[in-house]
Amino acid sequence: MADITYLEAGRLALAEEMDRDPLVWALGEDLGRGGVFKQYDGLQARFGANRIVDTPISESTIMGAAVGAAMSGTRPVVEMRFSDFALCAVDELVNQAAKARYMFGGQTRVPLVVREPIGMWRSSAAQHSQSLEAWYAHIPGLVVTVPATPADNYALLKAAIRSDDPVVHMEHKNLWALSGPAAESDAPAEFGRGVVRRAGADITLVTWSATVWTALDAAAALGVEGINVEVIDLRTLWPWDRELVLESVSRTRRALVVHEAVQAGGFGAEIAATIAEELHHRLEGPVRRLGAPRAPVPYAPPMESELKITAGDVCKAVKVALGR
Amino acid sequence: MTGGQNGATAATASNHDIPRLTALHGLMARIRAFERAAETGQSRGLVLGAVHLSIGQEAVAAGVCAQLRRDDLLLSTHRGHGHTLAKGADARAMMLELLGKAGGTSDGRGGSMHIADFSVGMLGANGVVSANIPIAVGAAQAIRLKGSDQVVACLFGDGAINRGPFMEGLNWAKVFNLPVLFVCEDNGWSATTRTSTLTAGEGAAARARSMDVTAIEIDGNDLVAVDEATREAVARLRAGEGPILIHARTYRLLGHTASDPAGYRPAGEAEERWSGDPMRRNRALLEAAGVPAAELDALEQAATDEMTAALDAAEAAPWAPAALALEDVQDAGAPARFWTREG
Repeated sequence: MADITYLEAGRLALAEEMDRDPLVWALGEDLGRGGVFKQYDGLQARFGANRIVDTPISESTIMGAAVGAAMSGTRPVVEMRFSDFALCAVDELVNQAAKARYMFGGQTRVPLVVREPIGMWRSSAAQHSQSLEAWYAHIPGLVVTVPATPADNYALLKAAIRSDDPVVHMEHKNLWALSGPAAESDAPAEFGRGVVRRAGADITLVTWSATVWTALDAAAALGVEGINVEVIDLRTLWPWDRELVLESVSRTRRALVVHEAVQAGGFGAEIAATIAEELHHRLEGPVRRLGAPRAPVPYAPPMESELKITAGDVCKAVKVALGR
Repeated sequence: MTGGQNGATAATASNHDIPRLTALHGLMARIRAFERAAETGQSRGLVLGAVHLSIGQEAVAAGVCAQLRRDDLLLSTHRGHGHTLAKGADARAMMLELLGKAGGTSDGRGGSMHIADFSVGMLGANGVVSANIPIAVGAAQAIRLKGSDQVVACLFGDGAINRGPFMEGLNWAKVFNLPVLFVCEDNGWSATTRTSTLTAGEGAAARARSMDVTAIEIDGNDLVAVDEATREAVARLRAGEGPILIHARTYRLLGHTASDPAGYRPAGEAEERWSGDPMRRNRALLEAAGVPAAELDALEQAATDEMTAALDAAEAAPWAPAALALEDVQDAGAPARFWTREG
């Protein structure tokens, strides 16, 4: 099977869904030029300026218009460039998109997708580097997807476009160039299905997005030392694969949640608390979390590195969890 | 057009479509009666939460919505009962919604501030000032994508023009040449503060013109003016001429909410404004044109009877079921799978 990049997988998913359904369209800044990262390259030439829409720099209205267009029978895909910029459109996403179905008593649906790239990326500093997935996982009504592989970006974006509920699709900027196997079929993914990326018996490591690769590097290093780490990639944060995590931890009896986002108030806390509540008597040690310190992302590379969770950090945390 | 603040002359009245204005008088009376019933309902502890009444502003609701087709779309404000009724929503279902009862327009999950009836193209009142403006332009974009000749009307208050979505939304509608009728229902107040003390420049129409959006300024208490301005605007929207803003000056005769006595207003201001009440003015116009007072009394009484019955029926109706609290949140990741009362 031919490999595909994470970026190309997203573009392919969108193009296929636009071919399949004439009511799927995309809107955002600079899409005609291909988008910030070229995720939309060639799409305006192919689908026209009415379906790949170049918008003003008006995040509130990009998101709000998508809400209105979704309630009026179309399926907009919103591009926010960076999850940081989507904060200009939080009312539109949180108060409007996420609430409309509920507060109007099921009279309407809001089938929109918002693509919000996350993560640290080459000295982009505090306003272009955040990983805000926990915010949206906290909001009733939203689905949150965090793909780590090209195949998952493809299948989850397809699922997001076909969802009748709003989806926050968070692609990691450091994964755009990642090449890997394409999806096995053109079927959309199922939300809430995690996957075991590496089987192990000593501890369960739960993670998502780019940190999956950090965790796998750590697991490989620990394997050399005879520590067998099971790595779970959640793929979607809401809904999240509770059953897979609990089944794994009930076998390994130890758990560590790792994410790039700030640790305090992060989604790792939700997972750790769930494991503690459900498996308290089976655990051989406290569930641990590893995330970023509660600091904005700095510009200078040595400082930026200081905030990054590395494979070495994960190895250390695993050893602490194992009491070694 | 009509004459002075206190009514119209017989000469101008004869130029109007009297049967139409009589029917619209009945609609204004229904809106007034619905809100009086809601006010009564709140005073009796039946209508809960904040209730924002539009008494005194009925001419904007009736005049704008009566020019829309059923399949045209409407976005409203947190003061949206009148707009929703005028678009054709069922008053009984609306009253059930205000009381949180089964059979309400949103099954009791929205209440007064989120009143909506998608079956008549009314896509919702909104609790966030200005938030419906971007939603309206998106609805218009969907209309464009689907190749329909529908139009979208978006009502907002004068307070809304000081939030960013107003400027963004007008810019957007103009650059994409969308069929959106923006209606600034200017009642003079931003919650409990006079809007003129908070607004730089000349307000809604001037801001619209700065973006080359056609702006029409009218007396929003003059039903004829609203009706005629909207008819022309909707025709131009359907012809593809791009967005239009109507700045309709009216007055909120009561407080910000039903429980606000509006003591911040100068003494005598509201009393004086009652003389320009759109129902009183339209009634004077109709009587001058020869419509019998008894016929208008009957219309107004029928409206009161209808809404009193709606309130009584809603009071007698069962609560919306508590189990609905967990429905219609989302398909994937719905609350029942991730939450139990036992923790």
